[in-house]
Amino acid sequence: MIEVKDLHFSYTTGFEALKGINLTVEDGEFLAVMGQNGAGKTTLVKHFNGLLKPTTGDVLVDGVNTRDVSVAKLARNVGFVFQNPDHQLFSETVEDEIAFALKNFGFEEDVIKKQVDWALNLLDIDQYRKTSPFMLSGGERKRVALASILAWDPQVIILDEPTIGQDHQQKEKLQQFIMQLNAQKKTVVVVTHDVEFVAECNPQVILMSQGKILAEGIAGEVLTNPKLAAQASIVPPQITQIFLQLADLGLPTDVIDVHEATKILLDRLRERQ
Amino acid sequence: MSVFEGFKFRKVSSVIHDLDPRVKFLFVCVLFAMAIMFYNLIALAVLFFIPLPFVFMARVSRQWLRSLRGAAFLAIFIFATNIIFGYFYPSFPQISGAVDTPVEFFVILERAAAMTLRFIVLIASFSVFFLTTSPDHLGLALQQSHIPYEFCFAFTTAVRFVPVLADEAQTIMDAQKARGLELERGNILKRVRNYIPILVPLIVNAIRRSLELAEAMESRGWGASEKRTNLYKLKLTKADIILVLISALMLVFALYIWLYVPIPSLTELLFPSTPI
Repeated sequence: MIEVKDLHFSYTTGFEALKGINLTVEDGEFLAVMGQNGAGKTTLVKHFNGLLKPTTGDVLVDGVNTRDVSVAKLARNVGFVFQNPDHQLFSETVEDEIAFALKNFGFEEDVIKKQVDWALNLLDIDQYRKTSPFMLSGGERKRVALASILAWDPQVIILDEPTIGQDHQQKEKLQQFIMQLNAQKKTVVVVTHDVEFVAECNPQVILMSQGKILAEGIAGEVLTNPKLAAQASIVPPQITQIFLQLADLGLPTDVIDVHEATKILLDRLRERQ
Repeated sequence: MSVFEGFKFRKVSSVIHDLDPRVKFLFVCVLFAMAIMFYNLIALAVLFFIPLPFVFMARVSRQWLRSLRGAAFLAIFIFATNIIFGYFYPSFPQISGAVDTPVEFFVILERAAAMTLRFIVLIASFSVFFLTTSPDHLGLALQQSHIPYEFCFAFTTAVRFVPVLADEAQTIMDAQKARGLELERGNILKRVRNYIPILVPLIVNAIRRSLELAEAMESRGWGASEKRTNLYKLKLTKADIILVLISALMLVFALYIWLYVPIPSLTELLFPSTPI
């Protein structure tokens, strides 16, 4: 469980990025952190594995104050997948890249081999095992980065903008994959701008603006509120926008799921016939 | 990283910022030459005070102090090595044989302090120059000193990308720390190796970025016109000419002192009667 208590954070430049955040992320929760650029999303999640320490306030991960332990220690339980895979890839082969963290954490040689095989298969990149990560495409590099975090099987997985630069098919795969992780009782925290992606996953959402939490709730509630969306500079999912525009016809305005929307429309059409 | 902060340009409107960069560079070079000329602690202490009025006039004292603070570690290192080598391998005319009297030790102390102060004077004067000269201005100065435009451009781009690289290095460090990398762990050799996961992505990204930048520039017509003209032309103002005169006077004065006026050392002043 991650508890954030009255968290304030200022960068050395004096810019106050977080202004009093209170939040609890339960074990096995799926949370999306949304909001405009510069709202403090990444700054907030960087506190979850101790990369940033609070200026004031506290962040507790499983009861341990992040001020008291090193990033390496926290990282064992909290995996953080950075937005740009090019900020982490450095090894000669994909295999070595994935083994890097496992070696840092002091796993035994045979466990490392097993986990690397598992992660390569999990993300469908086994065929690139001996390839240099620099030779891969953007989407593949992203999967290598993800595999290199999942390899040590952390309990909490933080993904910073996972859908950026992914084609539709990859995005769908990624979405299924994240849902699967969550189904295995992993805590998943996703920082994203992608409302369609969030609408399809329907997780808990926190909406941030100017270093504060603007709203908290399930995606179906938060993303369908046009006022909140405007405040956080996001637009509701397309399906919600259609329903909002057709509100005069008596259609509900809190629909984010395509299947649910289809069902409502079909019911309406049948009623008319 | 704070020593780099002290070399980053701050946009402030002041007389010093408006000076011609070529003239400012000349002034800093004169200070540099003077700092190299003198071994003497008292002379170097005087030199240290010369850039101070410029710092105050340019209103960059906070950043300037930060650059000094950033250089403190290196300064301490210089001081310590000078003392150690001075003690074990004394090469002063005043000291014959081993260092065994307090006065002899004071000579070594004074020399170490002078060497450290020389380093501080250099940092202090170059910091004022970089704090008050924008990279664009610097590029313009190089260009108008008839250096080929390609070199000027490469130079200003390099300066311009230093903060970007610093930011990127921080992100890469975070990304590797999040994978359990502990930079401070292990013996010296291991610690050096710990930096490989930071340096490889940093260099690869820098190369990638430079290729992208080149393509983006070419697609916007870089190098299309044979003869480049400038919107701004550097012209010497009255203040610039005054600074040139001050620099020249300082250099002449320093040369005179160096050649004809022996400056007493602190040891001679404090222990006039003790023969060394």
